[in-house]
Amino acid sequence: MADQPETLRRTALHGLHLSLGARMVPFAGYEMPVQYEGIIAEHRWTREHAGLFDVSHMGQRFLVGPDHAATAAALARLTPGSFEELGLGRMRYTLLLNDDGGVIDDMMVTRSRSENDAGALGLVFNAGRKEIDDDYFRSRLPDDVTLHSADDRALLALQGPEAATVMARHCPKATPLTFMSATSAEFDGIDCSVSRSGYTGEDGFEISVPIRDAETVARTLLNEPEVKPVGLGARDSLRLEAGLPLYGHDLDEATSPVEADLVFAIAKARRAKGGFPGATRILKELRDGPARKRVGLRPSGRAPVRDGAKILSLDGTAIGVVTSGGFGPTVNGPIAMGYVQSQFSRQGTKVTTSGRRENEPAEIVALPFVPHRYFR
Amino acid sequence: MATRYTRDHEWVRLDGDTATIGITAYAAEQLGDVVFVELPEVGRKVKKGEGAAVVESVKAASDVYMPISGEVVERNAGLTDNPAGVNEQPEGSGWFVKIKVTDKSEVDGLLDEAAYRDFLKTL
Repeated sequence: MADQPETLRRTALHGLHLSLGARMVPFAGYEMPVQYEGIIAEHRWTREHAGLFDVSHMGQRFLVGPDHAATAAALARLTPGSFEELGLGRMRYTLLLNDDGGVIDDMMVTRSRSENDAGALGLVFNAGRKEIDDDYFRSRLPDDVTLHSADDRALLALQGPEAATVMARHCPKATPLTFMSATSAEFDGIDCSVSRSGYTGEDGFEISVPIRDAETVARTLLNEPEVKPVGLGARDSLRLEAGLPLYGHDLDEATSPVEADLVFAIAKARRAKGGFPGATRILKELRDGPARKRVGLRPSGRAPVRDGAKILSLDGTAIGVVTSGGFGPTVNGPIAMGYVQSQFSRQGTKVTTSGRRENEPAEIVALPFVPHRYFR
Repeated sequence: MATRYTRDHEWVRLDGDTATIGITAYAAEQLGDVVFVELPEVGRKVKKGEGAAVVESVKAASDVYMPISGEVVERNAGLTDNPAGVNEQPEGSGWFVKIKVTDKSEVDGLLDEAAYRDFLKTL
């Protein structure tokens, strides 16, 4: 016998995915639905109505210290963010950095509204980075701040312009939330944590729910006429159109936040003082500009360009690489993102790509490809 | 002549010495939404087993291997504007190319419909 694949983990909604006819694929150690009805149909449904995503493979964690100041300071020692002033019920995107200023993971940070959670920050890790993140936090946290996993919880995302209409029927406490804020709430009597967030560029919610109640919440949402299940395939095309980087493709341990065009995640106060891993490199890149930069790329023809294709200047010199590429159903054409030497990163710069096909013309374009429609 | 199939999920249908080639319904279903098809130029000589066409879905690109050798005499221009035609009728109007066959006996080693269906059950 050939090597047996490692046993894949399953989320609380595995049975539901199978009953919905999902095509399941291995992803980051989990057996996950890549599509149900079809990627393009699911993508369009999400942009026009509301898509339900199972993102339970992601790592839900709590960072817990004696008080908010201590926990915020511990997180700030590992990231370029500032969390001391993060308001109750507010969220922030941040980056876990290594000592060379590379990105170990990107993550959401949530400060609970509840007094019971004082001193705790909720974190959501990428599925494929959970163990690495856990080890890194545990090796670097001060003694009075600890990392706890919330593996007893599932995570659902309801995304699209009709998501709020649907939530109003079952979880009215969620609808006043603005983008990047969160609350504890009851969903038809089930205790949940709900945030106004997601990774599609659309308005939407993420619902953290105990595993035992996950299928009830999912089935309730799927019974609504506005909602259809959406797999990882459309999740990827939606986030690519929204210009959002995906860890392992557009972010890795060699890439800095400045190169990745994620300067917004470096808190203003820290741009002067540093004090985070890799600060020397990152502050230098802020001052002098990075050698390379993440950009959007629009192929001129109909052929998609894929992850790994080279990007060349018009004189044939290699100037970069595609890190995510595919077809944008809303754009109705091929789209990509990648890294190029900074002098080629200006919008409108003509380049070519060489992957499966040689010398395909393309242009550097602004991200996102499809405007964000967050509820602010 | 009846349609013959490869284990790579192409089909070929001979009419005189002209062969029409495409991908099977199974292949189209596995690929998902087709968004781009690259076809060999008319006049190009292709060899049995050569990856002379490419089919790209939202997620990935795949080679299409020629089930028989010959010279390309027609390409399905409709797929350029509507690549989804491959999903709509993979074994009909979603054909890829027609070739003038060099050696008809090359089809002898291919699967007939019953054998292809049996092969699919093993996957």
